[in-house]
Amino acid sequence: MPIKLNVNNIPATVDVSPDTPLLWVLRDALNLKGAKYGCGIGLCGACTVLVAGRAVRSCMTHVGSVTGEPITTIEGLSPDGLHPVQVAWEALDVPQCGYCQAGQIMSAAALLARTPHPTDADIDVAMSGNLCRCGTYTRIRQAIHEAADASAAVSTK
Amino acid sequence: MRMDRRSFLQLTALAGGGLFLELYRPPLTAAQGPGTPPDLKPQAFIRIAPDGVVTIMARASESGQGMRNMLPMLIAEELDVDWKDVRVEQADLNERIYGRQFSGGSHNTPQGWEPMRRVGAAGRQLLIAAAAQTWGVSAEECTTQPGRVLHTTSGRSAGYGELAVKAAALPTPALSSVKLKDPKDYRIIGHSQRGVDTHAIVTGKPLFGIDVELPGMLYAAIEKAPVFAGKVKSANVDEIKKLPGVRLVLVIDGGITPAALTPWEPGMEPGIAIVADSWWQAQMARKQLKVDWDLGPAATQSTEGFKKRADELLKTQPTNSLRKYGDVESALKSSAKVVDATYEYPFIAHVTLEPQGATAHWKNGKLEMWSTSTLPGNGLSLVAKTLGIQESDITTHMVRSGGSFGRRLQNDYLVEAAWIAKQTALQIDAPIKLLWSREDDIAHDPFRPGGTVGLKGGLDAHGKLTAWRHHFITYGDETNATSGGGIGQDTYPAGFPPAYALYISKQPLMLRTGALRAPGDNAYCWVAQSFIDELAFAAGRDPLEFQLDLLDNKQSPWSSSEHDPVGDHEPSGQEALIPERFKGVLELVAEKSGWAKRSKEPGRGMGIAAWFCHLGYFAEVADVSVDAQNKVTVHRVWAAGDVGSQIINPAAAESMAQGGILEGMSHMAQQITLVNGRIEQSNFHNHPLMRMRQAPKIEVYWRKTDYAPTGLGEPTLPPILPAVTNAIFAATGKRIRTLPLKQSDFSWA
Repeated sequence: MPIKLNVNNIPATVDVSPDTPLLWVLRDALNLKGAKYGCGIGLCGACTVLVAGRAVRSCMTHVGSVTGEPITTIEGLSPDGLHPVQVAWEALDVPQCGYCQAGQIMSAAALLARTPHPTDADIDVAMSGNLCRCGTYTRIRQAIHEAADASAAVSTK
Repeated sequence: MRMDRRSFLQLTALAGGGLFLELYRPPLTAAQGPGTPPDLKPQAFIRIAPDGVVTIMARASESGQGMRNMLPMLIAEELDVDWKDVRVEQADLNERIYGRQFSGGSHNTPQGWEPMRRVGAAGRQLLIAAAAQTWGVSAEECTTQPGRVLHTTSGRSAGYGELAVKAAALPTPALSSVKLKDPKDYRIIGHSQRGVDTHAIVTGKPLFGIDVELPGMLYAAIEKAPVFAGKVKSANVDEIKKLPGVRLVLVIDGGITPAALTPWEPGMEPGIAIVADSWWQAQMARKQLKVDWDLGPAATQSTEGFKKRADELLKTQPTNSLRKYGDVESALKSSAKVVDATYEYPFIAHVTLEPQGATAHWKNGKLEMWSTSTLPGNGLSLVAKTLGIQESDITTHMVRSGGSFGRRLQNDYLVEAAWIAKQTALQIDAPIKLLWSREDDIAHDPFRPGGTVGLKGGLDAHGKLTAWRHHFITYGDETNATSGGGIGQDTYPAGFPPAYALYISKQPLMLRTGALRAPGDNAYCWVAQSFIDELAFAAGRDPLEFQLDLLDNKQSPWSSSEHDPVGDHEPSGQEALIPERFKGVLELVAEKSGWAKRSKEPGRGMGIAAWFCHLGYFAEVADVSVDAQNKVTVHRVWAAGDVGSQIINPAAAESMAQGGILEGMSHMAQQITLVNGRIEQSNFHNHPLMRMRQAPKIEVYWRKTDYAPTGLGEPTLPPILPAVTNAIFAATGKRIRTLPLKQSDFSWA
């Protein structure tokens, strides 16, 4: 059954069972490999994407449940890789293996969209669903604060 | 930009040579073993385009340790180019050209430090020679600045891009003859260089093994027995073939015979492979499988049984010793005080965030593989052997992986992908991508083996250590211990107590095991450094002062040439522990953490520990609080490291140290258990990793010493476990002798 999707502002139609997880539709039907598979049951956050601006675990989201909703993946977070979170991540060289980082970045972007100046406690709450096996949490925290500062600097200009 | 192949500088280089560190003995095939350098051919590490852009080949696999930066940085430094003009390209597997392409045992730094710099320096020398010939001057009169050769007296200069064609035609100098820079002139080494893949990572580009996409590719998943090496008796294969998207169902007979010792890379595990149009369809089809398994002898194994046997062995008089000196039994008898303790630690799994998998394509009798292996040379030979083909018929592309931590030193998933690709090609002309689920990844991990260590330590009337006797209970057969969890003959504190004995007993294990980051040391450091803390407490002495004093009492070093039978540990005699370096990191971490003035309030405490492994020295202090429910918060960690004279890429090095500490903390909550041969854990809820809210503030300090630089992946990890449990003791008076924490009635907050 064809399912209509809106991914990164581009309409797409996929012919899969509606209970297929969004993650596998993104990765294998639409060839958007940014979101990653880590656990399949919403425990690691590597598959995080935005649905109508909310961070969701795409491995647990049936594709049939997000028809017509705006879906944003790491590939569509910014046209040029210059979202403040991406800029901060790159400036601080956050990744080690890098596998979790797309999910971390999407969770951080969702956090900053609703809480432009998060405290460490806000970061703990918003980011504790995203595992980093390499242990880059120190840099992730620092990058979120830097992205918040950079966004504030832009908005006051 | 079009690039004419002839315009590249093809630099020949004899990489390798130099010291071969035997850090992981079991995985090494004869061709890769110590003292037998591969049959190297001259080959290209460096290409220079006419516009001066330099491409440097990264020879080692990358799974997050920063090898795609570190090794090319060494070449770029001596080539004398600006790092911004460098492009790094991952080399395919070709150890005859590149030397060993193994990433493990923290060996890339010590093994790459000298040869990679010489490769770069040889390139610079060729470019100078080309310029000197062009200008009709002597090479000695020429020098370089980044990307250019200069002839100062005449004021002439030429860019590397202009000289590349000529330089490529010149005879290559012997690497041993080239002149290396004075370290004070370094522009790249010692300066943080952002990861070459960082931009691609933060923009979600397909970089990882799981991201490989080929035209017409099919996807594979494998159902294996719930018990190690269990075989398929029968299954509803015909029904599965009819399910949506399913193209093939293949029964894997496998090649493992369960025995008391399960070797490294024991062979293919039996199971049923499903090849489908999508991985999700393959996974869904798995759920419909009805398999009658012949579970075999491994179904009798259980964690309870292992513990029972270990307790029995501990009570028996040990018959095998790995090392003994002094008369440990009399020394204990005449000691003023004897401390007696038994430490236990569990099996744990690697849980790389990217589960295992690989992509392979069999076509016209040739195999092409996309591999995330960190020991890819072994992967190549295993695949060739399993498929009955020549290594020369296989091409291996090395793809970035989402973490290894020792897991990808084994090539089981690669062999499976290759086997499925070959079987698939009999019916369908298509490449296949194999992916394990997280549950597969945990159940079929080559686990870090658990262990039990019974210790006795003696103290004299002045609180000085008189004797150290321990009985190590591990797994294996009569002659060999299982891989991934040994104690070496010269592992600290061996060589320091006046009398010492390391006894060993083994019980059978029908389970895959292997190296996990800092193998052996990731468990034994916790045992030894906890016991030293216990002895210091019993002696009424400060643990730092007690250990510094112990380090002043070096006895004669172990000097036998015999092999270390416990496996994958530093080879005995290789760069034996240097007490001054061990003391140096302890003193530095004490100073940075304010150890001498630490507060002693109830429920809060600091612990200190240090270790030497994989040629590096680390000392760590943890500041911990414990609440009324025994929930532990680590507030702050100070780490001091000595890995020689240079920190090659400082920002990456700091991150690696922070990661090692967090991983060590994760280990403290992890445990793999078996019931009826079945692994009880399945995902991150019951085999957890530290999360953001649990991550302490971590400060990393370096003590630079006059030794060649060595690696960072492993030595950062071990000290954090005893630093935390010693801190818990300081906070509560309760000594944790069993891991994971919950087995001692503690948990992370």
